Amino acid sequence: MKIGVFVCHCGSNIAGAVDPAKVAESARALPDVVIATDTLYACSEPGQQGIIDAVKEYELDGVVVASCTPRMHEATFRRAVERAGINRYMFEMANIREHVSWIGKDKEANTNKAAELVGMAVEKLRRDRPLIPKQFDINKRVMIIGGGVAGIQAALDCADGGLEVILVEKTSSIGGKMAKLDKTFPTVDCSSCILGPRMVDVAQHPNITLYAYSEIESISGYVGNFQANIRKKTTYVDWELCTGCGLCMEKCPSKKSTDHFNEKVGVTTAINIPFPQAIPKKAVIDAEFCTKLIKGKCGVCAKVCPSKAIKYEMEDEVVTENVGAVVVATGFDLFDYSVYGEYGAGKYPDVITSLQYERLLSASGPTGGHIKRPSDGKEPKNIVFIQCVGSRDKSVDRPYCSGFCCMYTAKQAILTKDHIPDSQSYVFYMDIRSPGKMYDEFTRRAMEEYGARYIRGRVAMVYPKGEKYIVRGADTLMGTTAEIEADLVVLAVGAEAAKGSPQLAEKLRISYDKYGFFMEGHPKLKPVETNTAGVYLAGACQGPKDIPSSVAQGSAAAAKVLGLFSKDKLESDPQVSHVEIKRCVGCGKCVETCPFGAVKLVDFRGMPKAEVIETVCQGCGICAVTCPQGAIQLEHFTDNQILAEVNALCRS
Amino acid sequence: MSVLEGKELRIVGFLCNWCSYGGADTAGVGRMSQPTDLRIIRLPCSGRINPLFIVKTLLSGADGVLVSGCHPRDCHYAEGNFYARRRLEVLKRFLPIVGIEPARFEYTWVSASEGQRWQKVVSTFTDQIHGLGKAPRLTPSAEALAAASAL
Repeated sequence: MKIGVFVCHCGSNIAGAVDPAKVAESARALPDVVIATDTLYACSEPGQQGIIDAVKEYELDGVVVASCTPRMHEATFRRAVERAGINRYMFEMANIREHVSWIGKDKEANTNKAAELVGMAVEKLRRDRPLIPKQFDINKRVMIIGGGVAGIQAALDCADGGLEVILVEKTSSIGGKMAKLDKTFPTVDCSSCILGPRMVDVAQHPNITLYAYSEIESISGYVGNFQANIRKKTTYVDWELCTGCGLCMEKCPSKKSTDHFNEKVGVTTAINIPFPQAIPKKAVIDAEFCTKLIKGKCGVCAKVCPSKAIKYEMEDEVVTENVGAVVVATGFDLFDYSVYGEYGAGKYPDVITSLQYERLLSASGPTGGHIKRPSDGKEPKNIVFIQCVGSRDKSVDRPYCSGFCCMYTAKQAILTKDHIPDSQSYVFYMDIRSPGKMYDEFTRRAMEEYGARYIRGRVAMVYPKGEKYIVRGADTLMGTTAEIEADLVVLAVGAEAAKGSPQLAEKLRISYDKYGFFMEGHPKLKPVETNTAGVYLAGACQGPKDIPSSVAQGSAAAAKVLGLFSKDKLESDPQVSHVEIKRCVGCGKCVETCPFGAVKLVDFRGMPKAEVIETVCQGCGICAVTCPQGAIQLEHFTDNQILAEVNALCRS
Repeated sequence: MSVLEGKELRIVGFLCNWCSYGGADTAGVGRMSQPTDLRIIRLPCSGRINPLFIVKTLLSGADGVLVSGCHPRDCHYAEGNFYARRRLEVLKRFLPIVGIEPARFEYTWVSASEGQRWQKVVSTFTDQIHGLGKAPRLTPSAEALAAASAL
């Protein structure tokens, strides 16, 4: 075997803390290595060409590149060696940047470590064998989880691209958080005027199947061939028959049900349609409040319903859909502000969240668009906004910036002045973060044109004084204490991962970070991909995002799906398990342990033997460890290869 | 080239590709300084790690072995790290029986976003191995045989 070793300088990224020439020199002494050299940027065009030329000149059978992490450029170099005419799996990488030069300053120790890592890669490569991918068919349907603005955008883009789309939304209407907003920054567009028509497009698009009031029960399969079980939750209303006339809402005697759409500022009926523009516009019974379901009496809605759609005996239904790709757009939840006891949230009725305030501003809200204090219905004059409630605060485990709160507070200050011209808004802030297009101009308008008074400092406490509240905080620019008499206090609550995100991530086998947001494949280069092939991300489920970014990412995810489906067949990764039939005793332990059902027992001349379904195998290697005979091996990560790496490291 | 005598010990890390290897990358990208003793072997999943690899590594002269995978329930392969946890827990109890100090082996869970956690894991484990010092070297069997036959 002839091996070539290329040690990358990565400019000064590696060369600054490792001596690449010395690493290359030590590699020359390794078995089978016929050429070892250092190169300035291995991944650049001349760098790759250098590898290709060397493969041809020295008739190499395999290549080792010592550079950055294989998670970054393994695919790049595999393509390069393939261009040079050798199998793409005859390639190994030694990570001497992330794992060596970037984590230690000692050049001698680093050079030594890098040389050992190269030695390890060479030993592994000597045991590599060419692998050839298998091809399999793909099911060109896509499932989108979450019907907020990001999910809607992804669904419409995919559907317009000719794909069949399954849109799954857990609440009874699509629209998500954006549907609850009155206006959007920085244009002060009416939110439902932009979103409403798009929601209608979803409902009417021939390629989109909408499952509202449904949740993902389980998902199995792999890219191109997922099977999703979707639980259609009990609505107690036959949506085939319901026309959304709203007569049941008018007559329902149980009028004190929690109004989730209005963020609990108002009340609604036990049977309800969440808001006038809801898509689908169908009624749902809230079992918690329905007298018929609790006590068995009432049944008014069933009596008044002109289309006889009410079905009290209805139960959950699980349907199965086969899709080829999944876009996750489950959005975010608001931070639970009640941990800030000093603000009196939950204790004082006139301390509310920003989204509750948004509902007060909205013409379709519980007050018809008139700002009224929840406690006595009076019009507030002094309104205090407190920013960074559950953002940029380590003490509540939310050290990250939620990004959009500065902007929506400025918007709400502007709208407040429009609604109540003789009102005065105060904003307690830490920093103003407004980096978007026309964003900073917008916050300035709130201050300069609309006279919102911005006070830089944190609020220490809020306490009632008669009918009013005293907001006491620091004014760090003046170096004084600020005390404002407020009629209404609005907390700019930050964003956190949607409840149940980790559970969904586990079903989808994607990663999530410590806060529960889903992890992208690469923070810069794969912002909408996950580490699981065929699963993409859109919107705030990946981290706090405003509407423009969510929409952009929805389109980006759709583009990825369309790109994936532009092929008729996909190639499976050939780094899969392989059974050596002579060694297999047919015990079936591998069949039991495989999480994907990729191993089955077959009859081989009258004896049971394990067989791997190559397109289903994901290449985890659990079976290889389980096999008592060592008969099943994971290609490219065989026992011999791993032990060769161990030997290389323990040799000297 | 030999290991820098005295300064470095030989620590081998078996890491799953998706979480901990990514976490080590994240620590690297964040330039979080770490001791240089650890060398990482990349595997697709912590479920791919045969406990015998670890025994073999320690018998081959490694001073310490660190295994790291995705947090339980957050596995790219659904349940690989559950298998890993069960196997490694058994190994931990088995090591003293074969005469290996159990403190020379640890397993942890580090996700791809936890660069800082990885830095801490590496530093703590390296310190722990430095505290134990070099592992006792086994006499090469060929030499032992030669010595035996000379008697």
